[in-house]
Amino acid sequence: MTDKISPEDFERLAELASLELPADEAEYLRKELNNQMLSIEVLESIPIDTEIGAAAHGIAYNERNSANPREDFSLQDPNRDAILKQAPEMEDGYIVVPDISHEELD
Amino acid sequence: MKTCDLPAFIVTDLIKTKQVSAVEVLEDTLERIRQVDGRTGQVDALKASSEEDLSTVHAFTLVTEDYARKQAENIDRLIKEGENPGPLAGVPYTAKDIFTVKGIQATAGSKILSNYISPYSATVVERMEEAGAVMVGKVNLDEFTYGSSSESSAYKPVPRNPWDTSRVTGGSSGGSAAAVAAGEGAISLGTDTGGSIRHPASFCGTVGLKPTYGRVSRYGLIAFGSSLDCPGPLTRTVTDAALTLQAIAGPDPRDNTAAAVAVPDYLEEMEKDIRGLRIGLSEEFFRVTYFDSESMELVENPIDPQIRDAVLSAAGFLAQLGADIVMDVPLPHTKYGVPTYFVISRVEASSNLLRYDGVKYGYRTEKSFADLRELYRKTRGEAFGVEPKLRMLMGIYLSAAQFDKGYYELALKARALMRQDFDTIFDPKGKYKLDALLTPTAPSTAFPIGSVYGDSVLMQYSDQLTATTNHAGIPGLSIPVGFDRDNLPIGAQVLGSDYSEGLLLRIARAYEKVTENEDWRVKRPPILSKNGN
Repeated sequence: MTDKISPEDFERLAELASLELPADEAEYLRKELNNQMLSIEVLESIPIDTEIGAAAHGIAYNERNSANPREDFSLQDPNRDAILKQAPEMEDGYIVVPDISHEELD
Repeated sequence: MKTCDLPAFIVTDLIKTKQVSAVEVLEDTLERIRQVDGRTGQVDALKASSEEDLSTVHAFTLVTEDYARKQAENIDRLIKEGENPGPLAGVPYTAKDIFTVKGIQATAGSKILSNYISPYSATVVERMEEAGAVMVGKVNLDEFTYGSSSESSAYKPVPRNPWDTSRVTGGSSGGSAAAVAAGEGAISLGTDTGGSIRHPASFCGTVGLKPTYGRVSRYGLIAFGSSLDCPGPLTRTVTDAALTLQAIAGPDPRDNTAAAVAVPDYLEEMEKDIRGLRIGLSEEFFRVTYFDSESMELVENPIDPQIRDAVLSAAGFLAQLGADIVMDVPLPHTKYGVPTYFVISRVEASSNLLRYDGVKYGYRTEKSFADLRELYRKTRGEAFGVEPKLRMLMGIYLSAAQFDKGYYELALKARALMRQDFDTIFDPKGKYKLDALLTPTAPSTAFPIGSVYGDSVLMQYSDQLTATTNHAGIPGLSIPVGFDRDNLPIGAQVLGSDYSEGLLLRIARAYEKVTENEDWRVKRPPILSKNGN
């Protein structure tokens, strides 16, 4: 049985997920993902009526249960300092980040 | 009987009639926590190994003793001054460590949030406080709620089942269920994305209510699957579940998916009789499907006869009370619940997990890094456990254009079919005209710690009887219906149409009353008698 998710696919996924992984953990995760794919493939056997729409929510939102749109206004959060204090590195009210690397997109 | 073993509705009554003070009730609960809980969960701490560790509950990630004492003193003051202290006045409760509470840690059971102190409170927490409830602590869970045993938490030791401490609590609201079962707070706030309230409730012998999606605000809940997540209560009695839902349900301007639907009087609804209600049983819920790791094939078997018998016996009691039991109700897409969940929940989780970056808040790697990308990769690689990693990687695999095989769209269609299954059986003009469906909550009772964890597929199949409810958005209420031969609790759930919580509470309350003199009702978790309670 060939794995759906090859080591190369996995490497790309880890990059997209921004995860640095030791080799043994990567191999365990790839194995579990491929096992999960065996379950997911079961979906291919569902007889799907072409009329059925994709449901993003189980429950439908309509005039019976939808909240009215809120008024659009800005609110100063009273906890500004508590929020900013959560940042690992701050300087003069700014959050400090290291260099942002640039790469050419294909 | 100590006040920590009494239901919330009795405790609050005793407090309001000045037979006991809120502070005294709190002290009883804190004393119970000291007796049975053992080491509080800490990030990167040692797993349970000592005799004491192995025989205690470990429900908590934080006991908020001082916070609770201030709240309890305030309740006593309000009562003294003749003010209305609220419907849950003085009732000790816990919150799954996935809800934010201003000024208190909100860890999600993850190293990545291990140093996070929330600057705001979740709507449900605010509403519990307005109702006069007293928060005694935050309780452990699967990391970011991802699991069905609570073993994946980065906070060790992980919770152990009060009925048998060698077994799991279920999950992901395992700390909630264990705390409630052991008298460490009468109520716990949990969340249910694929069964995470009902599953541990069934494993620990408590009541667990997953409301209709949108019945309760998600504001202040650290998100997992945003189209599936539902906050709700775990309690020891149906009345307490009704009281809690009453306090937390309703629209919220801070969550646009919180439904603009009036909240009925659940206590009144709950006491109505159930004569003439049509309650269905479905064979699809008496089968278990799982992936056999040897053959790598999906295997289908009948459910454990002890669980089947307990659910059928519950149906028998409901029939005695005048309910019509409708057999062989078809829900043909039930078996797709887990595969669909694998897709939808992972795609939503991966999107929700991208915000943790080691820059704005939370853990940051202590290793050196050359640039921002390396900071992200190291921080996330170190601080996320196995489950968040799996869910992110799978979510990206299923949704990134370069890998797209159409599974996400297929899953959304399967979701529509599951919704259609329930719409058909609950249609008042349809063939079945059901008011509710009665099913087992979980395919097994509590399994031994370590016996499933590590096999992410088998663990996910533990949610196969609960996940379709979340796909459909409908409410589900799990109640204890007996014990298996190992003395482990068995749970059954009643499912109903949108916003039918009142009706589900009514069925559960009728069952609770009619079985109150059954032998199994007097059983208590052995851990309590061991500690002289």
